[in-house]
Amino acid sequence: MAALKMGARLKSTVCSGEIMVVMAPDTEVEMSCGGAAMVDAGESVTPSGEVHPDHAVGVVMGKRYIDEAETLEVLCVKAGDGSLAANGTLLLQKDTKKLPKTD
Amino acid sequence: MNVMMLLEMASAAFPERLAFTDGSTGVSFTYQQLFDAARLRAGTIQASGASRLVKLDVSNLGTPLSLFASAWAGVPYVPLNYRLTDAEIKALLARVTPAYLITDAERVAELGATDDVNAASTQSFLDDTQHDHGIEDPWAMDPEDIAVLLFTSGTTGEPKAAVLRHKHLVSYILGSVEFAGAQDSDAALVCVPPYHIAGIAAIMSSVYSGRHVVQLPNFTAEAWIELARKYKISTAFVVPTMLARIVECLEAEGVSDAQMPHLSSLSYGGGKMPLSVIEKAMTLFPDTDFSNAYGLTETSSTICVLGPEEHRQAAAASTDTERRRLVSVGRPLPGVEIEIRDEDGHQVSAGERGEIYVRGEQVSGEYEGRGSVIDSAGWFPTRDAGSLDDEGYLFLEGRADDVIVRGGENLSPGEIEDVMLTHPAVADVAVVGVPSEKWGEAVAAAVVAKPGAEIEVAELQDFVKDRLRSSRVPELIQVWKELPYNETGKLLRRVVRTELGKPAQN
Repeated sequence: MAALKMGARLKSTVCSGEIMVVMAPDTEVEMSCGGAAMVDAGESVTPSGEVHPDHAVGVVMGKRYIDEAETLEVLCVKAGDGSLAANGTLLLQKDTKKLPKTD
Repeated sequence: MNVMMLLEMASAAFPERLAFTDGSTGVSFTYQQLFDAARLRAGTIQASGASRLVKLDVSNLGTPLSLFASAWAGVPYVPLNYRLTDAEIKALLARVTPAYLITDAERVAELGATDDVNAASTQSFLDDTQHDHGIEDPWAMDPEDIAVLLFTSGTTGEPKAAVLRHKHLVSYILGSVEFAGAQDSDAALVCVPPYHIAGIAAIMSSVYSGRHVVQLPNFTAEAWIELARKYKISTAFVVPTMLARIVECLEAEGVSDAQMPHLSSLSYGGGKMPLSVIEKAMTLFPDTDFSNAYGLTETSSTICVLGPEEHRQAAAASTDTERRRLVSVGRPLPGVEIEIRDEDGHQVSAGERGEIYVRGEQVSGEYEGRGSVIDSAGWFPTRDAGSLDDEGYLFLEGRADDVIVRGGENLSPGEIEDVMLTHPAVADVAVVGVPSEKWGEAVAAAVVAKPGAEIEVAELQDFVKDRLRSSRVPELIQVWKELPYNETGKLLRRVVRTELGKPAQN
């Protein structure tokens, strides 16, 4: 485990899911997807193994996910079958407020 | 964090959708084509050894390609104003070398003649056969890397290069745009120049929402109207002077409505919108949502928005306070905070004027070679003057430096201009301070008459006197044919001041 860095990109080891860290707490966090620890997106790991049934709702590209305390926020940049969790607790999908188009 | 990620997501979600069309030629990129081209050009840029990618040209397909390819290559993108003089362009170019320069064919030989500038024509940059080694590595994800260097218009002194890092631009997009929010049939008409922050924001927000962009390189109201109808444009951004010309042009056509049934949203910003123009526009575009956006280069574009519903409420309101909201720039975006402070740095109460301070993830407030002007608590002084009403609506009152100091009293040009604009014969007005032996500065105004109307100076002075304190009545009023604006609709107040301050005319 290590502190997450803003802007870091992580990938799932059990599905095609990938995320980018938008906001991170100072404390150490283990990010998981589909119940398995995520790895740096630069690592050459091909997804294998099973998505844990309790972590199988999936991640949707373009959606943002936050923890209960709202100190951790990630953006899904590639969709996958696994659900995101921080230190074992599932993240929540963040509702985005619809804004008027300005540019 | 990297703006290339925005394009990666869009090209994965809708590879075949049209991304950009050059409205002057009709040629297009799909999202996949733009992504693939960015990979090839990133290789070209890296192989050149350049530390900056400079684009000196009108809007075309090379514009989004330059932005994304440079992000992938890991070098800052520097769009330059092609309307500057040759000497000004060379001076700016010398500040961003070694550079890979993309420009129109006529300029390649001259500007590429120095060792540290590798120049290519936009056409050859766009031509796939000129680029053979695409980059294999993914782009860097360091949020601190610089994405864009943007020279601010520099109304005083040497232009400053605002530093926009990937974290600022990505934060802005994530905070304000819904991924894949656009419909397949949506199209945006982009007519702001590529070297303007609104032009850069338009590229990124359209890409992230999956919206087709139609580019209009050289704005004329006629061309804008033609493209809007031809491409069934659904969303567009204009500066106030552009909207004024579009309204005039539609009135000349003699139509009672703009006949753009697809135009669901029209946003504007970049200068003060005259109440008469927005009111006419809302009549000509009855089914269009209007939004007013306020932002700066240093804040990665929009920080405040007056939305469509607020426009309609203000237009239909019976009280002056509510009606005045039509000329407000609305309320801050989520994640953005605004404060108004007096000269001593203390926050002022609602309704009082002062300098606008802003804080948020998208705020850069940093200039190359000069460092950050953000204070320890994260606040950026915009140098814009403004006030908040008691519901948090922001009103712009010009630049903080534009304040007229008359006999020790601080006067806001905006307040006087607002009153003068309500006079039935006045189409446009600029109020400035001119040197005065008696007062230090005296209030002076340049006014433009409405077509067919005549302005009587003494009568206009009385009109102001009836509505404001006597210190605010312009001692000098000149009637001009038009006021000087730059191409992005910014009033050149300095020019007005110089002209009105000429001794022979006092």
